Amino acid sequence: MRVVLPPNLRALARVEGEIEVDPEHSTANAVIDAIEERFPMLRGTIRDLYTNRRRSHVRFFACERDLSHEPLDAPLPDAVASGSEPFLIVGAISGG
Amino acid sequence: MSGVRVLVGTKKGAFVLTADGKRESWTVDGPHFPGWEIYHVKGSPVDPNRIYASQTSSWFGQVMQRSNDGGRTWETVGNEFKYDGETGTHQWYDGTPHPWAFARVWHLEPSLHDRDTVYAGVEDAALFKSTDGGATWSELAGLRTHSTGSSWQPGAGGMCLHTILLDGAHPGRIYTAISAAGAFRSDDDGASWKPINKGLHSNFMPDPDAEVGHCVHRIAMHPSRPNTLFMQKHWDVMRSDDAGDTWREVSGNLPTDFGFPIDVHAHDPETIYVVPITSDSHHFPPDGKLRVYRSTTGGNEWEALTNGLPQRNCYVNVLRDAMAVDRLDDCGIYFGTTGGSVYVSPDGGDTWREIVRDLPGVLSVEVQTLA
Repeated sequence: MRVVLPPNLRALARVEGEIEVDPEHSTANAVIDAIEERFPMLRGTIRDLYTNRRRSHVRFFACERDLSHEPLDAPLPDAVASGSEPFLIVGAISGG
Repeated sequence: MSGVRVLVGTKKGAFVLTADGKRESWTVDGPHFPGWEIYHVKGSPVDPNRIYASQTSSWFGQVMQRSNDGGRTWETVGNEFKYDGETGTHQWYDGTPHPWAFARVWHLEPSLHDRDTVYAGVEDAALFKSTDGGATWSELAGLRTHSTGSSWQPGAGGMCLHTILLDGAHPGRIYTAISAAGAFRSDDDGASWKPINKGLHSNFMPDPDAEVGHCVHRIAMHPSRPNTLFMQKHWDVMRSDDAGDTWREVSGNLPTDFGFPIDVHAHDPETIYVVPITSDSHHFPPDGKLRVYRSTTGGNEWEALTNGLPQRNCYVNVLRDAMAVDRLDDCGIYFGTTGGSVYVSPDGGDTWREIVRDLPGVLSVEVQTLA
């Protein structure tokens, strides 16, 4: 599955461009699990370590849709699951 | 040849400033972790190549960094700060109960004896300890669960544990300070704590002399005289000579006794430094003049140090963790400003020079004295 990380997390993970992960399921939670397994330094940066909820200034986009408010265990769009579209993790434009 | 390494945390990354013992010619390395708030960077007194850094972001949370080569390269370590047991509540700004929730690490204090042991002071206020180089963290929960904890309230910057002093002369003794709860002391390695705020007077509280609730900004101690503590409070500069059991005011002739940092000369435990700020509502120096004040009498009698510091149109602040001293002879004094300048005085405060300017706002300054 293709994932685009925000610049600060790309720098933290020392990657450029898209990353690819192989989650167990096609859900945001499974994608984040797979990201954190492959890049342990990103643990807790997308999903709060203590509540397991999406961090409030992080957004999830895919297929020109805002998926941020979908349950984290909801299925992702087929185009994301198939790899034809990336799953975008975005640092919200908040704070100026 | 001896030298110094200054570790600077800013609102948008960390910088490492190095110089030889003359402290005249500086190399500026950074930004490390660009774009992230670096609340604090501090090296181990046992192994100066071991450095810990608190990297944080309102977007992406807390990341902890560790260096084993004096800050040239870094690796992430554990970032899970889980409160031990029932978290309970403290007071929110409006006086209602508010659940304790981890926000960030404000201050890191490496052990005096073991490079892999380090303490972390966090928001919401609690003390954590790692004995494996930062890989895992355990709360010393006796502080947060003190009987007064439910009455603690955050200061404007959050309810942060910002000061950790390790007393090398009294094994097991640790001091901490929390805004706005006050100062606390443990004599059993952090297992149990007592508030040490007797003598503090805070007019913003319903009971100005209450046991807790004081907005302590910073405490400093000279290692050779560990029962003497100096405190910059929200208002008032204070001194204790009995390990915090009682305090007395030593603001003396300061132009204002509001401020954030306070530090002690490396070789003279009665020489102390503060940076007076106009007021709690005007966080900038009086009259647009950036002046460090020095007392060589342990307080009460203060002199303004201005040589090399801007004396007109200067409206920066110096935050609580943004002052440090080296151990060279003469003792070097360092501070960083919210305007992004870092200053050094290589002669105990007599003269100052700007090491670097136009960095992001400086959150913390520490210095390592290198052999």
